[in-house]
Amino acid sequence: MLADNYPILVIVIPLIAAVIAFLAGLLKKELAWYVTALACLSSFLMAMSMLLSVLGGETISYRLGGWEPPWGIEYVVDYLSALVLAIVTFIALAVTLYAKRSVEHEIVPGKHAPFYALYLLMVAGLLGMTITGDVFNLFVFIEIASISGYALVAMGRSRDALISSFNYLILGTVAATFILIGIGYIYMVTGTLNMADLRIRLPELYDTRAVRTAFAFLTVGLSLKLALFPLHIWLPGAYTHAPSAVSSLLAATATKVGAYVLLRFMFTVFTVDFDLEIVPVTRIFIALSSAAIILGSVLAISQTNLKRMLAYSSVGQIGYIVLGAALVNELGLTGSIIHIFNHALMKGALFMVAGAVVLRTGSEKISDLRGIGRKMPFTMAAFTVGALSMIGVPLTVGFVSKWYLALGALEAGMWFLVPVILVSSLLTAVYFWRIVEAIYFRPYEAAAARPGHAFDGAGRPVSEAPFTMVVPMAVLAALCIVFGVAAHLPVSVAGKAASLLLGS
Amino acid sequence: MIELILGKYNYWICIALMMVGFYAMIAKENLIKKVIGMNIFQTAVFLFYVSGAKVNGGTAPILTEGAKLYDNPLPHTLMLTGIVVGVSTTAVALALIIRIYKAFGTIEEDEILKMREKDG
Repeated sequence: MLADNYPILVIVIPLIAAVIAFLAGLLKKELAWYVTALACLSSFLMAMSMLLSVLGGETISYRLGGWEPPWGIEYVVDYLSALVLAIVTFIALAVTLYAKRSVEHEIVPGKHAPFYALYLLMVAGLLGMTITGDVFNLFVFIEIASISGYALVAMGRSRDALISSFNYLILGTVAATFILIGIGYIYMVTGTLNMADLRIRLPELYDTRAVRTAFAFLTVGLSLKLALFPLHIWLPGAYTHAPSAVSSLLAATATKVGAYVLLRFMFTVFTVDFDLEIVPVTRIFIALSSAAIILGSVLAISQTNLKRMLAYSSVGQIGYIVLGAALVNELGLTGSIIHIFNHALMKGALFMVAGAVVLRTGSEKISDLRGIGRKMPFTMAAFTVGALSMIGVPLTVGFVSKWYLALGALEAGMWFLVPVILVSSLLTAVYFWRIVEAIYFRPYEAAAARPGHAFDGAGRPVSEAPFTMVVPMAVLAALCIVFGVAAHLPVSVAGKAASLLLGS
Repeated sequence: MIELILGKYNYWICIALMMVGFYAMIAKENLIKKVIGMNIFQTAVFLFYVSGAKVNGGTAPILTEGAKLYDNPLPHTLMLTGIVVGVSTTAVALALIIRIYKAFGTIEEDEILKMREKDG
């Protein structure tokens, strides 16, 4: 049966398509894009089919090569991994559609085939991180996603992209090696690499120094990978200088999957008791994520570059995801998981808008956005919806996640976190509203009026972004509202995933 | 105390190598030296795995006549993958350094930072 093999096919298809895209791209440049789109579409359909069967109450366990789980590698699709798989494949598909024109504009023609090959490798790595139930396999997929990520960032237009990519590589390798050390420690004391098996075998070893050391290495390594403040320093450079399509994919999925892996380690491999009593990691995470939420927004306010501002805003949003996890109750964790989903939609849309602006105006400066609302109405409408959602206006997805996080904070008796969420929403409103205001209420200035700006390169008047770019960002922006109104759909899945993680 | 130092000398070597590599990654200005540090850092972890797999009196995990006790083969295979990952990371890093050298004319981090400040 083909459907039985979906858990492996969802990864293998992009993996093999990466090679095919590269070879096909050598024959004819356009073919690489078609292969990518086809691979992402089939992965998305398979992920949706798995999500539906998981919602039917079934946890899928796939045995690679037919080996029994504690010995062989097991792929597990439960509520949480099915949801994250659906997010990653959906965003990957949307970004692929968007990438066609964006890549033609930003990447030199000879590099299109390698670009799409790396793109598919990264998607395969992210999907593998999500689905695997084996900790060493997880490390390998982390590195597949990261290494292709470094190369993709380096394909950015400016020479600063190279330096950003190198910094990302050094810090990413430190993170991955820390994760590897952590896995080594828990393997040495338990003799198993399977997550479900580790969960059974670890509790009697919780008092040993090896297990605590392992946990320390794993949490620091993963915090670096998901860019939790103050380990976020690689993120702004990488997001700013990467090609626009890559920024969208990275911002919408890469750090989210990192957060997912952190949840897996905190709640599936180690248990709630360990997080709360043996090593009070939750208290540390509450302090760090609160700092991330406030400082991410403050740093975003001071930026003049649109993509860099969105990158710092991501630092704050990652704080929300970790905060929800650190509350260790069902409402907070639901907020955390729902924010993985919601932030992928809004940040994906916002970075796509940034890419469309770069395509049409050639500038990433916020000051160049004045009056552009009349020139690019659809793009800027998508931006406005994304911005409202980031602020957390009711009827958008941003409100739903903040609502659950606030409820979770109250239930945990940490009322002081509610003002943190409110203040950061106000700060978010500050840095998004000044852009929305500039877009709609300032007069448009022609390029010639602005010396020193190579506006549009050829001096053509700024017009709406191409159809293939507007559609994906409009879809993401529309979903920000759809799932903000019909919030019960994702929330029910996230709620089930949260109770599963808490082991109730 | 002596037991702790001599009895577990393999782990001490791993820790020392790890610190050497980590120091080079953070403190060296030359990008090539950073990559060398990264390699030492990763190799220390490989050694950590492999020395953890050693069984006292065990032989290499290959079927041979007369051998009763084998070392744990799994960490060796895991590290085979780990080494492949390390090689790929190094390859990407070196390729990036070539591009950086072409774009900036130097591979000293402080000089590159100065250039970027000048660009604004």
